[in-house]
Amino acid sequence: MNANISANVIEMAGADVVALRDTLLVAVEDVNWTVASGEFWVIGGQQHSGKSDLLMHAAGLIAPARGTCRTFGVETARFDETQLDERLRVGFVFTGGRLFNQLTIEENVALPLQYHQGFAMAAAAKEVAELLDLLELTPFAGATPSTLAANWRQRAALARALILKPDLLLLDNPLVGLSARHRQWLLCFLDQFWRGHDWFGGRPATVVVATDDLRAWQHPRRKFAMLDKKTFAALGAWGDVESATHHAVKDLLAEPMATIT
Amino acid sequence: MRGKLAKAFELANTQVYRHVPLPKSSANFLRRKLFRALLTLQGQGAFALITLAVALKKFGTARGVVRPRMLQEIFRSGVALLPMFLFVALALGFLVVGQTVSALAKVGATGYLGSTMVIVIVRELGPLLAATLVLTRVGTANVIELGTARALGEVEALEALGIDPVHYLILPRVVGMALGIFGLTVYLILGALVSGYLFAFMQDVALTPRDYLKQIAEALDWLDFALLALKTVSFGFFIAIVTCYHGLAQPLRLEDVSRVAVRAVTQGILVCVLVDALFIVLYLVT
Repeated sequence: MNANISANVIEMAGADVVALRDTLLVAVEDVNWTVASGEFWVIGGQQHSGKSDLLMHAAGLIAPARGTCRTFGVETARFDETQLDERLRVGFVFTGGRLFNQLTIEENVALPLQYHQGFAMAAAAKEVAELLDLLELTPFAGATPSTLAANWRQRAALARALILKPDLLLLDNPLVGLSARHRQWLLCFLDQFWRGHDWFGGRPATVVVATDDLRAWQHPRRKFAMLDKKTFAALGAWGDVESATHHAVKDLLAEPMATIT
Repeated sequence: MRGKLAKAFELANTQVYRHVPLPKSSANFLRRKLFRALLTLQGQGAFALITLAVALKKFGTARGVVRPRMLQEIFRSGVALLPMFLFVALALGFLVVGQTVSALAKVGATGYLGSTMVIVIVRELGPLLAATLVLTRVGTANVIELGTARALGEVEALEALGIDPVHYLILPRVVGMALGIFGLTVYLILGALVSGYLFAFMQDVALTPRDYLKQIAEALDWLDFALLALKTVSFGFFIAIVTCYHGLAQPLRLEDVSRVAVRAVTQGILVCVLVDALFIVLYLVT
């Protein structure tokens, strides 16, 4: 699973990104975007701008209507069971977590290990317990998602996405609904994960985040892009974002932090 | 898997229908209904084929996850319903078998007892009643669970983890329902026959248990056992397909779930009747 990372992790060329809810509807047109290994990208955009759909294309959950989308060199239009190894190198954290409500937090996190590596629950327990401990989720291991606050559900979803130690982590609006403490924790943890965390073998990872508030992701080494009116535009580094005159970028920067609860 | 689901169901059932609707005049009412029924039939047929293909292709895959889920579903569609089926078997015995035995004894026609019992209980009422009860108890829960999971995006979450939703969510339910309905039907038939005789016995019908059982045994042949197994497994398979199709294979919002559950139960009953009719033809031919 942790094979050598190819130079480009995500490559989109002339891709028309379709909406998940209606695959006949094009959400973003003509996306040309390359994410190199070890990069940290932040994609800004207002609600319904196609951020989630763009990430789902990168994860191989939807194929573009036109153009190509490659993840780890594999065209995602053909991203099925035969490319399972590549798919498992991608971790995806959905908005709100999308945990399986019938399972406990421990079972949610263990599921990918059990399904793909044939681990029994007892065998997976050690690895799961370590990760839950790392993410401070141990007290909630036996709880079902509906009994947890949004802060912890989001963290559990992160644990589930990380259990297979992915090379690429995609996060869809991960700060939504988090308290200030949890937001700060997540930003710090993602930074560590991106630089190379010991639990993940110390190797740097590639991270792509979709957000409707760029300010929280301010960092000199991160790259920024924006979605607006069905158009994808790479903005560059944080300095370029701050100096951008486009009204859509200003809107994303003007969003006061206090409104994110 | 997502691609397969999208192509086979969503496109057929929602997008084509939404984008190319028939005119909404009253004259087109029947044509709209027929068009929609054909789309549903096409979608359910494709869903059944995909489920069978996944069952064959992934036989033995992720056994540690799928097998416990199958056992859980067998428990839910079979073992957990035993108390309710005991009550239904007693009721069926008292209401149908006992009265039939008494009536036949009064007119001195106990010679027809065996064939009457086999036709009414073994071939028809037992399997159909078991299937209908499982449909209402477990089939409805299937639609609600899967529909809620679909509406909350859990299916996409499974796909993002590289887990085939049909393998993880549908296959255990199909196996559970098929085996559950088979087991419950046998239980229901035995319970109804025994309680029916007890009812007749209490009415002082001149029929010994030995004669009663002998007549039933003579009226049964090997084909009854084979077709009973095939019929109940078919009921389980089709009920699971119809209910899971409505829960999983179409994009849903939370507010759609209850409406879809009602539709799934209605279609489930229709499917049971159609399968039953098919087996009547088989009985007549053989």
